[in-house]
Amino acid sequence: MKLDIAVYRYNPDVDTKPYMQDYSLEIADGSDLMVLDVLLKLKEQDPSLAFRRSCREGVCGSDGMNMNGKNGLACITHVSSFNGKKLEIRPLPGMPVVRDLVVDLTQFYKQYEKIKPYLINDGKQPVREHLQSPEERAHLDGLYECIMCACCSTACPSFWWNPDKFVGPSGLLHAYRFLIDSRDTATEERLADLDDAYSVFRCHGIMNCVDVCPKGLNPTKAIGHIKSMLLNRAV
Amino acid sequence: MVTNAASFGRSGVHDFIMLRASAVILASYAVFLVVFAAVSSPLTYDVWHGLFTALPMKVFTLLALIALLIHAWIGVWQVLTDYVKNVSLRGVLQFVFVVTAFAYLAAGILIVWGV
Repeated sequence: MKLDIAVYRYNPDVDTKPYMQDYSLEIADGSDLMVLDVLLKLKEQDPSLAFRRSCREGVCGSDGMNMNGKNGLACITHVSSFNGKKLEIRPLPGMPVVRDLVVDLTQFYKQYEKIKPYLINDGKQPVREHLQSPEERAHLDGLYECIMCACCSTACPSFWWNPDKFVGPSGLLHAYRFLIDSRDTATEERLADLDDAYSVFRCHGIMNCVDVCPKGLNPTKAIGHIKSMLLNRAV
Repeated sequence: MVTNAASFGRSGVHDFIMLRASAVILASYAVFLVVFAAVSSPLTYDVWHGLFTALPMKVFTLLALIALLIHAWIGVWQVLTDYVKNVSLRGVLQFVFVVTAFAYLAAGILIVWGV
């Protein structure tokens, strides 16, 4: 079976502007490759093609990219899911392109850093560890699983327009993970840091993040909880 | 925390509450007018004039005009801060939109209280 593919190419050292390069690949009938497998085969044809990948099983979050208009992880996206249509692969939208499918995620990580992604506990330190009941631990389900692939934040128009001010769905999912953690005592400080017109409230709930999350998480719901916490704190 | 001075509210929460409160008033006003027009058949000048002569309707209209000012101020600020990155241009546009919204409010007050 012949598979037609178009890949976004841009090498700032050589190209004046980005372009789409067409490729064609023969794949065995009945085989169901992942998009990452296709990219690896293309790289055998054309070693200049640049993209990130590591674990190839949807755990590391390295190969987030835009496939036929939707962000996702190339390693767990079946080529068959495009029903034989031409495969168009582009870098994650809205981010500066370093080369081809490799984007600069500095702004994304800065927002992650901003929410202080670690436990803060100024209480008496236990000898061994902070214990949680199963119920308290259950609050973290659906939050801690985020692998920071950036598929959600780069699918969010609010993050495209204000990546320096709006924390973005991924960062806010993590923020709520620490706000709701029974072992964390910095809830007030965390909420105070988020209480402005951009950090949280630029989310208008369009749920692009939920649509694209390869781990099936719901950042919009977490953001809704943060908004409720900010409201409860203010009124 | 990111600061902002050009929006209507004092904080993100304030903007959030004001947007929703003004939306409730505007939606109520719109629904009321549609229902009134639907049940007042025929809708003559006298019926329409009678509606706006009543004090509660004048107050309701004034509330809707103020809600429109607040809603437009915050909404336009959000749109402009998304799409207009040049600060000077954004400031001018924000000024024009807010002054226009105030002009609508002033005109609305004069019209409604002149009935």
